[in-house]
Amino acid sequence: MRLSKEDIKRISDLARIELNEEDESLFAEQMSGILRIVNKLDKVDTSGMDQMVTPTGFTNVLREDIALPSLDPKEALFNAADREGAFFKVPRIIEVD
Amino acid sequence: MKLSELGAFELLPMIKRKEVSVEEATVGILNKIKAVDRDIQAYITVTNEHALQRAKEADLRLNEGKPPRPLEGLSVAIKDNICTKGIKTTGASVYLEDFVPPYDATVVRLLEDAGAIIVGKTNLDELAMGSSTESSAMFPTKNPWDLQRVPGGSSGGSAAAVIADEAVFALGSDTGGSIRQPAAFCGIVGLKPTYGLVSRYGLIGYASSMDQIGPMTKNVRDCAMLLNVIARHDPKDAQSYTGEPVDYTQFLIPDINEVIVGVPKEFLNKGLSKSVKDAFMKALNKLEGLGAKVVEVSLPHSDHALAAYYVISSAEASSNLARLDGIRYGYRAAGCEDSASMTAISRGKGFGSEVKRRIVLGTHILSKGNFEKYFNDALKIRSLIFRDFEKIFKECTCLVCPSSPTVAFRIGEKIRDPLEMYLSDVYTVPPNLAGLPGISIPCGFDEEGMPIGLQIITKQFDEATLLQVAYTFEQATDFHKKKPQLQKYDCGSESTRGDRNV
Repeated sequence: MRLSKEDIKRISDLARIELNEEDESLFAEQMSGILRIVNKLDKVDTSGMDQMVTPTGFTNVLREDIALPSLDPKEALFNAADREGAFFKVPRIIEVD
Repeated sequence: MKLSELGAFELLPMIKRKEVSVEEATVGILNKIKAVDRDIQAYITVTNEHALQRAKEADLRLNEGKPPRPLEGLSVAIKDNICTKGIKTTGASVYLEDFVPPYDATVVRLLEDAGAIIVGKTNLDELAMGSSTESSAMFPTKNPWDLQRVPGGSSGGSAAAVIADEAVFALGSDTGGSIRQPAAFCGIVGLKPTYGLVSRYGLIGYASSMDQIGPMTKNVRDCAMLLNVIARHDPKDAQSYTGEPVDYTQFLIPDINEVIVGVPKEFLNKGLSKSVKDAFMKALNKLEGLGAKVVEVSLPHSDHALAAYYVISSAEASSNLARLDGIRYGYRAAGCEDSASMTAISRGKGFGSEVKRRIVLGTHILSKGNFEKYFNDALKIRSLIFRDFEKIFKECTCLVCPSSPTVAFRIGEKIRDPLEMYLSDVYTVPPNLAGLPGISIPCGFDEEGMPIGLQIITKQFDEATLLQVAYTFEQATDFHKKKPQLQKYDCGSESTRGDRNV
């Protein structure tokens, strides 16, 4: 399957990355090449195999639900491009009529 | 020999005996950076003041009679995708150009608590995605053996810094070869530990089911010393190994008489350059001469490892990097009308081509229909590869193969063709898929004097055997003692003052 420039545009919208036209064309070509190789995996007999998500089989770690010290809000906000009081500030999210 | 050229295991006893002060050792390294890094460009940030301050504190401790710590006064370089509190951590990305972490990665805390002195943050392919350090948004790092060539990647800055004596040792990270391939290209020792052995808390995640932090050092003994300090259980990493700490230096015994070395026949076929193959065959002979039994083995599914790796790693990257949304930290495009476009424009401007392509590829793979077709299949192939290794380790103590099919290539040679670039990781990717430890050690030079690496792989959590085999080979060879000639660095120059002969 060959990816078109339009496919790349649609996928990059999903990925929330704005691409310029040059990147769209380049990625269409490069990703088609990568997928051509990936498609060969189809031919491998994987019957009876589990999906290996993690190689060591460790399960997630849980801890007691006790409050522990965490970052000071000032430190947590230090790297934000925009902030107000103890909050991150972002452009409008909800449409206003 | 100059002070800055010493390995950790040579320098540490001198510091302990107070023959060298920590300040003197640190100044030696900082001056070396001043003298050569304009050409090599291994560092994104050099932490001069921080390092000198820490060095003075260390000397004060020692003069007060406090016992020296395990890495007392040793200068360490940290790959710039590992968070350092109060020190810029860029990931070599425009997106994180001004990011100053409010906390230390666990490995950084462990190193500083053990007395190591951070001298700087090293260059990498942006967000650890690449094999040449050319994808860095800052600048490409040069290979100290030949400034026209890449140092490998993504931990290319750390590898270059270690071989150029701009640090005693360094940390790198490895998702598909990013420690071992640059170690091979620069002629140093690079270890990717078993998945989970070293905490990743504070590492900028790329593909979380494979990411590992590991040591990059001048020799195998230093590697064991550094691993001793960073291999610790950490409740902050959900995949952290829960076993007791091990003293890896106790396995540095030059004896491989009982060792059965497997050589995967698939790794000696197409794509392997003649010079690397020749050096590898000589290394095999050497291992045999040292008492090991060498047998041919097969990894029948290794042909598919690279494709499975790119499916899994791109998918995980697209999910991991969704956190870089322009809101809490990192680059934010100005003047956007709404949040969604602000995120898309910030990411579009903040990321370079390689990162964008991998996120877009990962998003494609994870979208409806493709998830079943590509992702689930790749995870099953991962099981097959794991099973191939399992079978081999029933009869073999370890596997050996070249670390990369070629020596370091020229800057610009492969950057336009991702498939060509990915091939340089063809031997390093399978251990990441299976969670196995792998080490690259120097095993020769090609006719142009470029270093060649030997990769040794063992079963999970058998770093002891890995280090013993590596050490035995190293002690019987001289490859790790050879150094690149750095033109602008001569003993009498102003900038090398303080780096005395020892």
